[in-house]
Formats: sequence, structure tokens, C-alpha cells
Amino acid sequence: MTTTAIATAALELHDLDVVYRVRGNDRQVLRGVSFEIGSGESYGLVGESGCGKSTAALAIVRYLPRNGRVSSGAVSVAGTDALALRGGALREFHARKVSMVYQNPGSALNPSMRVGDQVAEAFTVLGIPKGEATDRAQAALARVQIADPGSVMNRYPHQLSGGMQQRAVIAMALAKDPALLILDEPTTGLDATVEAEVLDLVAQLQSELSTSVLFISHNLGVISKMCSRVGVLYAGRLVEEGPVETVLQDPRHPYTVGLLRCIPRGGVRKDHGRLDTIPGFLPSLGVELSGCVFAERCALADERCHTEEPPLFDIRNGHESRCWYHERARELPRVEAADLDLPAVDRSEPALVCLEGCTKVFRQRGHDVHALTDVNVSIWPGETLGLVGESGSGKTTLARTLLGIVPATSGGATLAGRELPPRYQKRSRADLRAIQIVFQNPDSALNRRHSVQRILLRSLKKLAGIRGKVAEQRMSELAQRVRLTERTLTQKPVQLSGGLKQRVAIARAFAGDPQLVVCDEPTSALDVSVQAAILNLLVELQAEKQVSYLFISHDLGVVRYISDRIAVLYLGRVQELGPADVVFNGPHHPYTEALLSAVPTIDGGGRDRIKLEGDIPSAASPPTGCVFHTRCPRFLGDICVEQEPPLVEVEDGHQMRCHIPIEELRVLQAMETARA
Amino acid sequence: MTDLAVPAPAPAPGSEARAARKERLALLLRSPSFILGSIVILFWVACAILGGRVTPYDPLFDQTPDLGVPPSSEYWFGTDRLGRDVFSRVIAGSRDILLVAPLATLLATVFGTALGLTTGYFRGIADDTVSRVIDAVLAIPLIVLAVTVVSALGNRSVWSVTIVIAAVFSPIIARTVRASVLGEAQLDYVEAARLRGERSPYVMFVEVLPNVMPPILVEATVRLGYAIFAVATLTFIGFGLQPPSADWAVQIADNYPFLSDQWWTVLFPAIAISSLVVAVNLVSDAIQQVLER
Repeated sequence: MTTTAIATAALELHDLDVVYRVRGNDRQVLRGVSFEIGSGESYGLVGESGCGKSTAALAIVRYLPRNGRVSSGAVSVAGTDALALRGGALREFHARKVSMVYQNPGSALNPSMRVGDQVAEAFTVLGIPKGEATDRAQAALARVQIADPGSVMNRYPHQLSGGMQQRAVIAMALAKDPALLILDEPTTGLDATVEAEVLDLVAQLQSELSTSVLFISHNLGVISKMCSRVGVLYAGRLVEEGPVETVLQDPRHPYTVGLLRCIPRGGVRKDHGRLDTIPGFLPSLGVELSGCVFAERCALADERCHTEEPPLFDIRNGHESRCWYHERARELPRVEAADLDLPAVDRSEPALVCLEGCTKVFRQRGHDVHALTDVNVSIWPGETLGLVGESGSGKTTLARTLLGIVPATSGGATLAGRELPPRYQKRSRADLRAIQIVFQNPDSALNRRHSVQRILLRSLKKLAGIRGKVAEQRMSELAQRVRLTERTLTQKPVQLSGGLKQRVAIARAFAGDPQLVVCDEPTSALDVSVQAAILNLLVELQAEKQVSYLFISHDLGVVRYISDRIAVLYLGRVQELGPADVVFNGPHHPYTEALLSAVPTIDGGGRDRIKLEGDIPSAASPPTGCVFHTRCPRFLGDICVEQEPPLVEVEDGHQMRCHIPIEELRVLQAMETARA
Repeated sequence: MTDLAVPAPAPAPGSEARAARKERLALLLRSPSFILGSIVILFWVACAILGGRVTPYDPLFDQTPDLGVPPSSEYWFGTDRLGRDVFSRVIAGSRDILLVAPLATLLATVFGTALGLTTGYFRGIADDTVSRVIDAVLAIPLIVLAVTVVSALGNRSVWSVTIVIAAVFSPIIARTVRASVLGEAQLDYVEAARLRGERSPYVMFVEVLPNVMPPILVEATVRLGYAIFAVATLTFIGFGLQPPSADWAVQIADNYPFLSDQWWTVLFPAIAISSLVVAVNLVSDAIQQVLER
């Protein structure tokens, strides 16, 4: 690097304090945050929700909401004092120096403007004439690897997939060749395969353009893949900072240690024991903290931590930690005892639930949409069947068919050998109580006008058929079981945190002692520490009550942790079905292989990503032969186009739908691993 | 899962919801338009209740020997051509309209909510049919529709006016309610209720209804303003309240042929009507702002 790189950092935050004014009081959200992003560097900011990540980004681009303000400190972007800018200078700053890419590309694009015009606008604000701006817009779309940019220019945002929309937003953000590009959870709403493509794109563009990047994410895997340095934010305080590998492999702050332990990774499964969690809650906004911000939740904390704020200790090579006991941070005692007694699943007994030849065809605008095609799966008592696949693969339809919300077009489900009526309206109370659901979003799943106790008592009445004193007794037991306090019972959902709400939803599902609970992404709206606690709860309930789960998730680490067996769905067909470890360790179906390689892991390294071409095809006109052949990285030839491979048992309990013999897959995939 | 720009409610601490409700009330009480509107409405309600008991003269029967006298210290708003004190009549004239308009609005709200809830919840053919009928009804000017119905009923009592206005307003309210219910019924708690075997009426009225109350409340207050106006209009063209009621619109209808000579007999009741309509709208605006913030 030459002298210019040393001269100005792309971003310098110095002792930044940000407060929000809420009901007449200033509440501090950022506490003396300082960090620096060098020219061409990519810096990751991680932390759970409410830690102040987005606030930091908004403060940098001067977009704080009206009740927020920088109370002290300095922000300098490429040498410009961002906080001093007013009026025209601020507009100029937005137009030329910084760009921001938000989480939801759907709302970042104007729905009533053609994509081409919107991207061109990013050039016209720079003073480029209209005609040239249009040409440059097309080039920009080509640069973000949008196929056929000419036709995309004329489309409206809703006609693009989520991944394409995010590419268009990135194209706009890069139009000005910004000194600093801020990406705020840019891939959080996207499928793993699409996420991988967008991340690859950002990495590639960054190396081409040597743009400095501030990457905000709650996903440590993404940060590990994308960034060279990382800062960990907790309660508005930067608690640890350093090179990514060092921080993730050798964390020196108890919060980082706790965060890393919460994440199911490295093949950990429920029979290895509980996940560790971080106890307690984030301090409420604006609370005066005299000592370390994390002291309340830290098992290492002593007197000194509660009274004296630790300074940033320099460990080595720019790795810094704000902990008095950073040398022992990794010895942080476990909060949850790991041991857990899980009875083994006995598959010699008859299965609890069987889906047999289950097919669902939706009629949509004159087209037949094949959401499910001949799905056969069984779930045994006490077993968790994980369901994975991209969006549109039929995971949710499968769950809804089982629940009776969507009746199957042909085929159906049996419960303990009995035929289940296809619609829930026709099911008996015993059938209804036997199969319950925990939804993804607890905000939507709980009636916000009803108190927790009302929700639970009603479920007990309808599902267990009990009321009065008996029901209240059972409610207390239920609440205790999911670790809700008595006080929570009288509260309404808005008063509860996301994790507590999800516990209420779980308690509701268990009101009638169900035999199968459908978990539809139950932890994807939660922070990792809360996710760990919820996963532990689900596993404990399973150990105790022998309940079975149908567990849908796009987080493969989570699925691997909780599932006994996993089914991989693609375009409504089961492509692979087998014991969790077998599906993960391989040999896998080429689709599973691609899915697995798309996930960025904290441990980094691993194999090269197997790229999937394009988007998932429309279920209205699925490809001929093997439905995966259009995107298959191991495409054989005509046989894949002409003949659909059957789902056959390739090993003991391991089914796969592929023309390539398993031995050949084993060899091919072993080569892949060896190469990495 | 990004942190919100505006701080989300902190986990656990208790009285957050109660505080929010309190804050809403405080916001209402701090809103000048709410205060002004409420004072005017309360004034007219008091007049309606006290009526002839507090007026200087009898509002209904000619008691003064002075016919058609302009406003003076003796007759503040003057007298009409039959010698009745206009001030007394304006005070007493709030009674009938404050009975008919709120009652009609209440009926319309109850019926419209039931209709909107049902169509929005069940959707399908019934919804399509009802919605098209509602669209068709709404295409006809309100007064034309009301006059037709009153004529058809052939009975010009207070009740028929109430029912006519309720009938005309119900579809409008139904449409608003339906729109809110459509969004609400997509939420998972509705599905959860069905999956524990709840019947549709329970889901509609116990689960969904409480969550769509804010827009219903706003719509009802807006409709109240229109209802007052509608009663006055119908009365003015002779299809509403009938003499000997001291109703404001009855007064206007009686006296407007003599507007050039005795302007006070029309102006003061007209101001009274406007003040009530404006006051109701001020209050409904304030409520809307607080609820939809």
C-alpha cells in the first residue's frame, strides 16, 4: 500500500455517544464507540438485536430518527467530519461518499419505478446526463451479475426475485464509487443459496473496486466469510475487536464466548447435550451502568466488574477486549448443564405419523402449481424430522397438509395408523390436540389483545377439555415447564421479549399433550442466545414427553442439532431422506451438497462453494426428468432430462433421488473435500 | 433481525402496555383540537339534557308578544315570526339531533362491523357478492338513497330517519372493517385458534374483533359527523324530523323563506349545526391521530 492508504481511513468513529429521546428522557444507545475502517478494508459489526448496530450505521450516514442524536464524539468518513455537515454539503455527502444497503431490498426499491430508471437515478444525481446514465445503469446491472440486464431495466421491482432486487440495490449503492459502503444485514431475508451468491458478489466487487465496507450482521458465519476485522457490540459498547479469525477462534470477552457457544455448529447434535445460553436480558435502554455493561449476565463477574468499567485491553495484533478478566474469558462457566437424557427412537415400532403419496396441486391463474409431488415420510414417536429446502420447495405446504389447513389433492396422512381427515374442520378433538404447531413469528402467533393466561387457559379448555381450578393448576405447571414466571401470565404479548413470546407459543402447543408438534422456523426470528434457550426447551420437552417434531428451518446448523432424520425438499419432491449425520456427512444428493456448501461457517475454510445456477424453477412448469437437472452441478446428460430418478434406499435408512450411484457420489464428493 | 431505529420495548419490564395506554390518553388530553371539540360537544349535550328547563322562554310555543324582533338584550338571538325566542329554540334544538345521529351511527357501526367481519373473515363468493352490492349502493348519492327509502317507508318518524341513516352508513363501515379484517385474518394466531377447534364466530368476535377496534372507533366518530349532517339535510328537505320539534334544521327549513327580513332565525341554528359537526370532526381527527400513530 502506498501513502494514500495511511493518510485517510475510510471511516473513523471516535467516542461516539448516541441517545434517543423517549418520553422526555434521553436514553443512551451507543456508549463511546470507537473504531476505524482502513481504506479497502471490510469491517464487521456483530451483536444481538438492540445492541446498537443499526444505530451506529444510521449515525454514520446522519439518518438517525428524529428522536435520536449524537450527544458526543466524532464521525469522519474519508477525512470529512460527517457530523458537521449541513444542507447542501450533507446532500453532497450522501450523493458521493457513502452508500447504504438495507436488509429488505423489496422496501428499498420504489415499487412504481422501473428498475432501470431507479438505477439510472443513482447516476443522474452525480450530474451525469440522462442518456449516459441509462447506459451506465445497464452496465452497473451487468456488473452485479444480473443476467440479461437489458430486459431487467424495463421491469418493476416486484417482478424480480429477492436476490435480484438486492443485486439492483447493490448496483445503485456502487454507482457513486463510494468511500464507504454500509451493508446492514443485506442477506438476512434471503435463502441460503441466494445469500451465498450475493455474498460472493459483494466480496468480488469489493476486491475489484477496493471499496471500504462496514458489514452489519447478527450472523457470525457471514461476518467470518466477509470481513477481515470484526467489532462485537453489546448494549451500545464495543466490547471486543480484532481480526476475524482471532476473535472467533480465540474470543477474549465473555459475551463473545457466550455468543459463540450458543450457536449449534461443528456437527453438534441434541444427543451431545444442551446448548449453552447467555442468561438474563440486555439491560434496558438508558439504564445507567456503572461497571462493565455485560456484568449482569456474566458468570465471571465479580465486585470490580459491577463498579468499575474495564478499559480496552490490548491483547495482541490489534485484538482488544473490554474485560478485566480477558485472560480467563474462555473459561466462562457453562450456564446450562450439558447432560440430557434422550431416550433413543425405536423405529421397530409403528410410526406415529405417515404421509403417504401426498400430492398437492394448487390452481393458480389457470396454471397447476405442483406444491407437493408424491411425498412419503414417516415420523416415529419421540423423533424429530428436519425439513430443509429453499423457499418454494414445499416445506410449509407439507406442514400445512399434515395440520389439515391445506387438504392434499391425493394421498394423505395417518396418525397412529388411523386415517386423518384431510381438513382440520373434520378432525376430532383428539386429532387436533395430537398435532399442534409453533409458528415462526411469535408476534403474529399470539393475539396481542389477550393476556398470556387467557391464551393458555383457552387452549387447555379446547385441547385438554379442562377448566376452572384444574385448568389453572395445569397452566401453572405448563408455565413452569416452559420457564415462564407467574408474573408473565398476567401480561400481554407486547410486554414480553421475543424469547418469552415463543415460550408462550410453545406452552400453548403443549396444552393438550400433543404427539407431534410442527415447528415452522421457530427460532429464525430470535437472537442466537434466545434461539439456544428455545432449542434446549424443545429438546427437554421431547426427552420428557416423547413428543415428535416436524422441524422446518433454513438454518442447517439448527436442523442438524435438533433432528434425528432430515428430509431435503426440492420443488415439492423429497430428494434425500436419512439420518441427520448421514445427510450432513455424505455422500449427499447433489442438491443437498450445494445447500450445505452455500452456508458460511464460523470456522471458515471448508470446501469451495458449489454454485447453483439461477433461481428455483417455477412449480407451475417444473423441469422434465429430474426436477433438479436445470441447476445440478453434477448433471449427467440426457438421462437426467428425460427420466425422473426414483427415491430409492441407497444405504440403510438413507433414501435418495439421483441417477448417480451412491458409490460414485461418495468418490466425487470425497475428491471435493480433499481438494479443499 | 436488525435493531429498530426507534428503540423497541425493553424486555421484561412490566407496565409497558399500561404506560402506552396512559400515554395515549395524555396525548389526547394534550391535543387542542380534542379539547376544543369535546367542550363544544359537551355543551350541546348539556343543552339537550336540560333543554326547556334552562331557556329564558319556552322553546316550542309562542309566548312572547314580539314577532320577528331582531337580536336585543331581551331576546339575544331575536324572535321568529311566531314570536318564539330563537335563543331558547337553539338551546333546545340540540335534543333530537343528538338522539338520532348517535343512535344511527351506533346501529350502523354494529351492523357494519358484523357485516365487514363476516365478509372479511370468510372471503369467497359471499364476500364478492356482498362487496359488489355495497359498491353499487355506495355509487348512489346518499341523499337520493335516503329520500327513496324514507318515501318507501312512508312514515316520517324519528325512528325511520334513524334506521335510514343507519342503513345507508352500514356498508361504508362494513367496507372499512372488512379491509382491516383481511389483514388481521392472515395472522398466525387466527390459524392457531382454528387448529385448537374454535368455531368461526368465536374466532371472529373474540380473537379478531378486539384487534380491529381502533379503525372501527375512528370510522364511527367520522360517521357521527356525517350522520349529524345527514339528519340535518333530510330534515331540511322535509324528510327528517318534523315540527313541532325545535330541531335546528326544522328551524332553518321554517324560516329560510324569510331570510332577507329575519336573518337571525336562520343564522343561529345554522351556526349551531356547524359547530356540532366541526366539533365531532375535531374529536375524530384527534382520536385518529393518536390511534394510528
